[in-house]
Amino acid sequence: MPRPGDPAITPALIAEHGLTRQEYERLFAMLGRTPTFTELGIVSALWSEHCSYKHSRPVLKTLPTEAPYVLQGPGENAGVISIGDGLAVAFKIESHNHPSAVEPYQGAATGVGGILRDVFTMGARPIAMLNSLRFGSLESSRVRYLFSGVVRGIGDYGNCVGIPTVAGEIVFDPAYEYNPLVNAMCVGLLHEDDLIRAKAEGIGNPIIAVGARTGRDGIHGASFASEDLSEASDAKRPRIQVGDPFTEKLLLEASLELIKSGHIVAIQDMGAAGLTSSSAEMAERGDVGVTIDVSKVPTRESGMSPYEILLSESQERMLVVAKRGHEEAVREILEKWDLTAAVIGEVIAEPVYRVTEGTKVVAEFPGSRLVTDCPSYSPDARESDAIRTLRAADPLAVPERSEENDPIWTLEKLLSAPTIASKSWAYRQYDSTVRTNTVIGPGGDAAVLRIRGTNKAIAVKTDCNGRYVYLDPRVGGRIAVAEAARNVACTGARPMAITNCLNFGNPTRPEVFFQFKEAVAGMGEACRALGTPVTGGNVSLYNESPSGAVYPTPVIGMVGLIEDLSHVTRATFQHDGDAVLLLGEMGGELGGSEYLATIHEAVLGAPPRCDLDLEKKVIDSLLEAIRAGLVSSAHDCSDGGLAIALAECCVADLECQSGAEIDLSTWGAIPNRGVLFGETQGRIVISSSTPERVLEIAAKAGVPCARIGTVQRTSDTLAIRLADSEMKAPLGRLRHAYHDTIPSIMSRTPEHTTFDELAPVAAH
Amino acid sequence: MKFGIVTFPGSNCDYDAYHAVTEILGEEAVYLWHKDHDLRGSDVIILPGGFSYGDYLRAGAIARFSPIMQEVVAHASSGAPVICICNGFQIACEAGLLPGALMRNSHLQFVSAQVRVRVENSGTIFTNLYETNEVLRIPVAHGEGRYVASDDVLDALENDARVIFRYADAKGNISADANPNGSERNIAGIISEGGNVLGMMPHPERACSPLVGSSDGVRLFESILARVAA
Repeated sequence: MPRPGDPAITPALIAEHGLTRQEYERLFAMLGRTPTFTELGIVSALWSEHCSYKHSRPVLKTLPTEAPYVLQGPGENAGVISIGDGLAVAFKIESHNHPSAVEPYQGAATGVGGILRDVFTMGARPIAMLNSLRFGSLESSRVRYLFSGVVRGIGDYGNCVGIPTVAGEIVFDPAYEYNPLVNAMCVGLLHEDDLIRAKAEGIGNPIIAVGARTGRDGIHGASFASEDLSEASDAKRPRIQVGDPFTEKLLLEASLELIKSGHIVAIQDMGAAGLTSSSAEMAERGDVGVTIDVSKVPTRESGMSPYEILLSESQERMLVVAKRGHEEAVREILEKWDLTAAVIGEVIAEPVYRVTEGTKVVAEFPGSRLVTDCPSYSPDARESDAIRTLRAADPLAVPERSEENDPIWTLEKLLSAPTIASKSWAYRQYDSTVRTNTVIGPGGDAAVLRIRGTNKAIAVKTDCNGRYVYLDPRVGGRIAVAEAARNVACTGARPMAITNCLNFGNPTRPEVFFQFKEAVAGMGEACRALGTPVTGGNVSLYNESPSGAVYPTPVIGMVGLIEDLSHVTRATFQHDGDAVLLLGEMGGELGGSEYLATIHEAVLGAPPRCDLDLEKKVIDSLLEAIRAGLVSSAHDCSDGGLAIALAECCVADLECQSGAEIDLSTWGAIPNRGVLFGETQGRIVISSSTPERVLEIAAKAGVPCARIGTVQRTSDTLAIRLADSEMKAPLGRLRHAYHDTIPSIMSRTPEHTTFDELAPVAAH
Repeated sequence: MKFGIVTFPGSNCDYDAYHAVTEILGEEAVYLWHKDHDLRGSDVIILPGGFSYGDYLRAGAIARFSPIMQEVVAHASSGAPVICICNGFQIACEAGLLPGALMRNSHLQFVSAQVRVRVENSGTIFTNLYETNEVLRIPVAHGEGRYVASDDVLDALENDARVIFRYADAKGNISADANPNGSERNIAGIISEGGNVLGMMPHPERACSPLVGSSDGVRLFESILARVAA
């Protein structure tokens, strides 16, 4: 069965393919013989962490996945929830971290392309893109290179396909210096009737390769994504795929037309591990056999081996199972869009996964064991002592800097911290208005998109504070979900469901696996408490470089539903004379805060408590007040604490600025820096012209709520009275700190950037 | 009135133009396929935004050779209205329907923003429901929107009052700060010598509802109806 010219299967070759000895033995037992080179390649890809979830599956199973409105939970290309009126929303988030670390532009671009395909293969038209990005400090020229490359890659791809990029988050922290995180989320809209699943069915039905031709790019991308970044990573640049958004746009239109046409039974993206994983997964879901003839796959160059064709990750390709006899109709639709379609295989009754080259069999696995027999691991989990010690440290023991005598200095410093400062430098490069559904675009607490033909809208947001998860993964996991829920609620939406992208380090290290297990447990608790089931997601492990693991970063992508467009609420102050209210507890927890990180370069203390019962009540009270028409603006109080939230309410929207007079003089029991910059959770800054009624709603729900000040549209200061002092921050200074920092850093000429500096880890 | 909206491979604002015409204006609209030679009886043609053929070569350079463009050029030559937005403007310049060219933005980045434009001439079929010097809020989203032409062409455009929109600040001042892409003389939109072909980088079809940020674009489409009705 081996092909002439195939290398011999040696221990070295097996190791090169990332298989452990035990995994190889498992493969050998499954086949009852030595695998061929092609078979080894197939298993290497399908059993990679990226495709198989072998370390994460048992933990992920603990997450709640059900609600009456969930039409499709985990296990498909994307999750789907019903939003009423016969309409549904498909959404999913995915990582493209490793490619972006080595080639930021293509890495990010193809990340966008892949997640778009996951959504439109469900029969949904993509309506919005989000991005959750993590980089090192912007002081590093290499980080600026990565940041600008990733932003350009995201923009060029999404802009060309014509899907608005509307929300996300960008965090800068040295923990991500050599291993940036690039997570892309796509949201699509469909009629419930058009929902299609990637499940091969119907013996004798043809399997068709659609879209771009298969080339030699991206071979073993899935395996590359499943190992630590190292000095050798740069040499793996050829494993990175190259994107073509124009073909993607044609493929999007053609795929939606195909799905509508009724000529096909299933469709799946040839994403990670390309033809191999798409065909094996579709067969497994349908519990059928398949046979694929690689000699029929349209290729870009001649002489490609079965191994290369099966493992190529060339972009913008789809695998379709059509109805027998409808091949011509399928081809016609693709021809209209100048795309090719080639019948490359067939659904068969025999329980086997078979690959041939012409008539010669080059790989054959029994049944769907290729997918189901994948190993599953539950490695040791143990908390690192060093982190336990950090968590036990008292944030208030960190002495204040002398500059902090002037709290305006601290406020400005925090507002200009790149993690907090306006990210408009990035999102001005993203088309956020195409398709004309964007009611609230980038910069709001969440993005809001109207649903045409209804009076509804959806709100979408990604969130995660990796520092909290690092210090206490259980609490951090809870907060990631709670904050995402709070953010969509601030726009007037009921939080509905989440997708997640779990970015962690090497799971075989007990301290990393501890973080993973605990964070997922915390997420699960929050999802249950807030009624937001998990509909799918992605796990990205091995986010490590020689300098260590990234912060554990379980990014939450939340979708919420706004029942009536009149409920859409903005984050910034709107009307002169409105009362400013703080919904939630008075508090000043500084553990894991942006204040400590930015002002004191310290990451310590316990992250803020997360009382899920209170979170739920806060969200419910907020929504009740919004629906009663009592809320002029609502803004989540998170990174940087209350003072930052208030400053953002004043100056974040350059076209709608306000001053405000705030009185926190009754908070004397809490140190000033805790009052101003503490990150106590479950809090929302509301402005309202009818504060008494908001206070009533909160009181009835048992949620603390206090009137803390007044909006002054014509004033040019944010004045905050504390127990022992008063600060009057001029809006001009706040505006400058918030809006000008990132553009000014990014306009630095790269005179210090040598080629070596730009080369990834190798130079360090 | 019937609007024909051309779909090139890579067009992505065809749908937005369709909705502006049908939902906001309440007029008839049809999509015109790039491979066809038939304008299907359209009175007004819209060349919409997007990335025709991926714009990998030069924006609009390939689209101008599409079969449908022969009919569009003939339609324009007959004096009938053609609205060319963003990528449509780039295609129209490539096809010789309008003078000048759209180059890479001066700051070399894609720019997506709500900008302001000042109406320079309210006597055209596209602007008769605006006031001259009125400031409109309309979004832009492009990487190649810097309008350039020779000084002679620019002078002629100005002398003939064919510059109809300029980038301005909220008060209507023409300044470099208000110019999102480095266009010469802050030019955001022009018309052809015959006055029937409009090219503009901002997207009026995206400014048709206060819900999505502005409805200042509505009157541009209504102007055409008003002129024909008159």
